[in-house]
Amino acid sequence: MEKNTLFDKIWDAHVVKSVPAGPDVFFIDKHFIHEVTSPVAFLNLEKRGIGVKYPHRTIATPDHNVPTVDQDQTIKDKLSRMQVEKLRENCAKYDIELHDLGSAHHGIVHVIGPELGVTQPGMTIVCGDSHTSTHGAFGAIAFGIGTSEVEMVLATQCIMQSKPKKMRISVEGALGKGVTSKDIILYIISKISAAGATGYFVEYAGSTIRSLSMEARMTICNMSIEMGARGGLIAPDQTTYDFLKGKQYAPAGEDWEKAVAYWNTLRTDDGAVFDEELTFDAADIEPMITYGTNPGMGIKVVDNIPSTEGMEGSNKTSYLKALDYMGFAPGEPILGKSVDYVFVGSCTNGRIEDIRAVAQFVKGHKKADSITAWIVPGSREVEKQAQAEGLVAILEEAGFELRQPGCSACLAMNDDKIPAGKYAVSTSNRNFEGRQGPGARTLLASPLTVAAVAITGKITDPREVFKA
Amino acid sequence: MAYDKFTILQSTVVPLSTENVDTDQIIPARFLKATEREGFGDNLFRDWRYDSAGTPKTDFVLNDSTYSGKILVAGKNFGCGSSREHAVWALYDYGFRCVVSSFFADIFKNNCLNIGVLPVTVTPAFADKLFAAIAADPLTEVEVNLPKQTITLLATGDAESFDINEYKKDNMQHGFDDIDYLINMATEIEGFEAKR
Repeated sequence: MEKNTLFDKIWDAHVVKSVPAGPDVFFIDKHFIHEVTSPVAFLNLEKRGIGVKYPHRTIATPDHNVPTVDQDQTIKDKLSRMQVEKLRENCAKYDIELHDLGSAHHGIVHVIGPELGVTQPGMTIVCGDSHTSTHGAFGAIAFGIGTSEVEMVLATQCIMQSKPKKMRISVEGALGKGVTSKDIILYIISKISAAGATGYFVEYAGSTIRSLSMEARMTICNMSIEMGARGGLIAPDQTTYDFLKGKQYAPAGEDWEKAVAYWNTLRTDDGAVFDEELTFDAADIEPMITYGTNPGMGIKVVDNIPSTEGMEGSNKTSYLKALDYMGFAPGEPILGKSVDYVFVGSCTNGRIEDIRAVAQFVKGHKKADSITAWIVPGSREVEKQAQAEGLVAILEEAGFELRQPGCSACLAMNDDKIPAGKYAVSTSNRNFEGRQGPGARTLLASPLTVAAVAITGKITDPREVFKA
Repeated sequence: MAYDKFTILQSTVVPLSTENVDTDQIIPARFLKATEREGFGDNLFRDWRYDSAGTPKTDFVLNDSTYSGKILVAGKNFGCGSSREHAVWALYDYGFRCVVSSFFADIFKNNCLNIGVLPVTVTPAFADKLFAAIAADPLTEVEVNLPKQTITLLATGDAESFDINEYKKDNMQHGFDDIDYLINMATEIEGFEAKR
């Protein structure tokens, strides 16, 4: 019998047709849309005089540009308001389910999909957002697409895709104290670079990955794109099923049993071949932080910023350009550097487990006076649960400002911008120049490291602050 | 949407050797608020092109009148990060029809092919040759020949062939897009959907 990978099994089951010397006509089970990358797709459908073929396969929410204060009021920024209004109009016109601002399931598209149980093993899922890879944590093939492809999915429920190569990344062993799934993925990206998985779809495997919660798995799959991978996925197991059971759109009753029986087949067969295999030892992973302007520029928080030894040409020029932007020098320690802002949120680390981790660590502490601390839940559901568990009270007591759900300072399309030249340690996914506001300097880290930085006001090893 | 046909392009080139240029640099997120596709060229490389007061930065290549053309020669891992197609719209709107690099990010490359900007992947050695030729003579011309799948430095005749799948090549040459193809497959897709 042919040995197949999990990825092959799902991909091959969704190929409507293979174009000779071309891509596959690839069927999409679920399509998420938001206000920024969908308006032009709808406009083009209108120009072509066609409609949305399968409206029940698309789900919408405004998340990228929305304000995180006063969400019950009209959006002040005219352009943002127009995009959100366009989304509302288009959803009403084409009968698409919309989780609007203020509704019970409003939130970041990659947070609400799993919360609603829309995201399920074996599915193909796309969205006009590169962090769609998040949904791969459920054993789905999920990836980001451009607006032309959003239009294709709306019009036909298919896109034209060439099948990527396959990579398996295994992480084995127990994680050390203070080490989280965010550190795992930042570590992997620092080892293979921001382009190390370009052309591949990644399956994460190994005992460390299996031991992680769904939230932690989502953090890892979320950042697959930051090493260039189209997406990443993890085989579904009991952890997956426990998370999904009882969710609004999850199968129920007999359908649940049938679904689980199918989901149990979604495993990479022993002996299946990958184009590339990498293995990491969990014991080598420590709290990580980025120091440069792409997510591959990461180090252990206790390490020094790399020197330029062995670099030359455009490689060295690009490296020095990045450090110049960050205001850092090659070879110096990163510990102890002053920080101005901390941001907890985004589709990477804006889920309840992340907020719990921060609250647990800052309980009884106060943030440093020099720090502005924003905490932005990934969804209304997360916000509600954080309230119910008393986390909000703890965080506010520690001096954090709780805002309403949205993408917020991860990409600063709204007013949540880090000022030019200021340093932000952030649980988000990208440290690109200007990502959190023009001139802003971003350092990516785990929620625990961010909590530690909030307390000390400096780059800090979370294991030192929270020894108790 | 349908776009200009691409067959043979001869042009001077604009060099940008910086590595890992992400789509947030090509078009920063704060300029993604339009509900139409036109006009993004004005903000192409906004924060590298202009300072916070809106004054052009003279050290950036797009502000250097020595360089111009419809071909951008970029450093490796060009277009990484966000899937925003706006990045390609901005390049197109500015006037680029072809981007050359030794390494492209996947989604960016797909987005290029979907709107008629030809991504040409060359070997690192050929990329170096291009950068050197532009440095020696900013008016040097490059020919990108899609039917023959070649890229040539016209002054020296140095050439290399590049890959593109036949389907996408045909689309680019005729200005077709994937939707035309998919709509013609409606019946097959309906049959497939019904079984899911």
